[in-house]
Amino acid sequence: MDELLKILKNDALETPENIAAQLGLSPEEVRSKIAEYEARGVIRGYQAVIDEDKLDSRRVTAVIEVKVTPQREGGFDLVARRISKFPEVESVHLVSGAFDLLLFVSGENLQEVASFVSEKLAPLESIRSTASHFLLKTYKHHGILMEPQDQYERLKVSP
Amino acid sequence: MKDLKSRPDTVARNVRNIPRSGIRDFFDIVSSMPDTISLGVGEPGFLTPWHIRDAAMFALEHGATSYTSNLGLQKLREGLSDYVERYFHVRYDPEDQILVTTGVSEGLDLAIRAIVDPGDEVLYHEPCYVSYGPVIRLSHGVPVAVETSPETQFQVTADLLRKKLTPRTRALVLNFPNNPTGAVIERGELEKIADLVIENDLLIISDEIYAELTYEGEHTSIASLPEMQERTLFLHGFSKAWAMTGFRLGYCCGPSRLIAAMTTIHQYTMLCAPTLSQVAGIEALKDPENDVERMRSEYRRHRNFVVHSFEEMGLPCVTPRGAFYAFPHVSNLGLTSKQFALRLLEEERVAVVPGEAFGPCGSGFVRCSYATGFEDLKEAMKRMKRFVQRLR
Repeated sequence: MDELLKILKNDALETPENIAAQLGLSPEEVRSKIAEYEARGVIRGYQAVIDEDKLDSRRVTAVIEVKVTPQREGGFDLVARRISKFPEVESVHLVSGAFDLLLFVSGENLQEVASFVSEKLAPLESIRSTASHFLLKTYKHHGILMEPQDQYERLKVSP
Repeated sequence: MKDLKSRPDTVARNVRNIPRSGIRDFFDIVSSMPDTISLGVGEPGFLTPWHIRDAAMFALEHGATSYTSNLGLQKLREGLSDYVERYFHVRYDPEDQILVTTGVSEGLDLAIRAIVDPGDEVLYHEPCYVSYGPVIRLSHGVPVAVETSPETQFQVTADLLRKKLTPRTRALVLNFPNNPTGAVIERGELEKIADLVIENDLLIISDEIYAELTYEGEHTSIASLPEMQERTLFLHGFSKAWAMTGFRLGYCCGPSRLIAAMTTIHQYTMLCAPTLSQVAGIEALKDPENDVERMRSEYRRHRNFVVHSFEEMGLPCVTPRGAFYAFPHVSNLGLTSKQFALRLLEEERVAVVPGEAFGPCGSGFVRCSYATGFEDLKEAMKRMKRFVQRLR
């Protein structure tokens, strides 16, 4: 991966000036490279990584395995795109193995997610079966650990 | 009980004569100051890669708690032999040309003790890591420092070395990439040094612990030059490139007669390097490119950032091309490097190490380690900039 993307993936709020100093570029060059990545759709957006367990209104998220009958002249894409349109669905992946699509679906509570599955998702044509797993606790998300880590203290000065 | 303090001769003369490390003094002051951001650390800011720690725990669970052979685990020496050939382009026989040591520090001590007779002179270049002079002295050798400067980008040159040669010169210690300057040495200069070494029948101790952390160009080991393998004790280890300082794991490669001599000392003083660390070393050699590249690319970015920051502050700094230190010149601000470091610490709570800790010619410079988290590095540069602006 390009060094610029590595930096942004780690901290999307890093300033163009600080990025420029690390990469030996000018801040203008960094700005235009970022704009180019955005225009090409390599960078799709910027989000905060939120520890939902710390919020009072704890939303629920389920991982849903979906088995699909691929459609003529569309394979998995047609149904995957259709599922992606639901705002309840946070992510959709086509996967190898015992099932075909892996979804992350979230809602205000368990009932909301369950009824989305039974009323919106399962009735879709070409969906053969679903299996829902509700997330109980998140330990790591987008490469970030959700629990404070013990820091073993380094010496302050050493040769 | 009699007070032994009243009798200074209870401590051997050559130990008594070794000055206290300047780093030690500074460490005590920094330790008493809370909220300090330290750029004074000579070790990676990363933790050891998880798969290596995991392998060490697995080994502990399975009882890797006994001694190994003096030379070190066979499997580790075989792995090292392959690694050194691939990365440094020199082939050593794992049977009798590789000795696993407790860090490069032990390797350096063994190398000096194995080859130095009382009164033999050993050349080394300054500014340098703090051990070389004292270790030579502890072996009753005579340390002869060769000063380097920004004029040669802190490279030692054959010409500088030639001026210090005497009939008693026995060996030369090289350390590139260099702590504290971040200097690397060009292949062309190494070739000239190799000629000098052959001409004067010297040995080389080459401490290449920072080799993988080379940011521009390719690292060349002097051992890989023609006729040099038989004259070189090559020292390397896991501390820097794999962030394994606390494992205390290093190794020495060289001609079998010298490795045998070092092993004679090692067997009576250390017996073997820690077994658990040796097992971790075997794991570290499984995927070195991946582990090392991740850290190297981050250090390279940090290096660019600090060099850029020093430029903005107007502090002259030779661009470091290896290791993870920058060595800016600070004494045109009207302070000695020691005063600079102390006031920066007191006024802005940023710790850097005064250059004279690495030899008298380091005076006027400070060593800043950039192997720390980027957030800390940004804050440290901000504070340092503020401090320098106040001094102007």
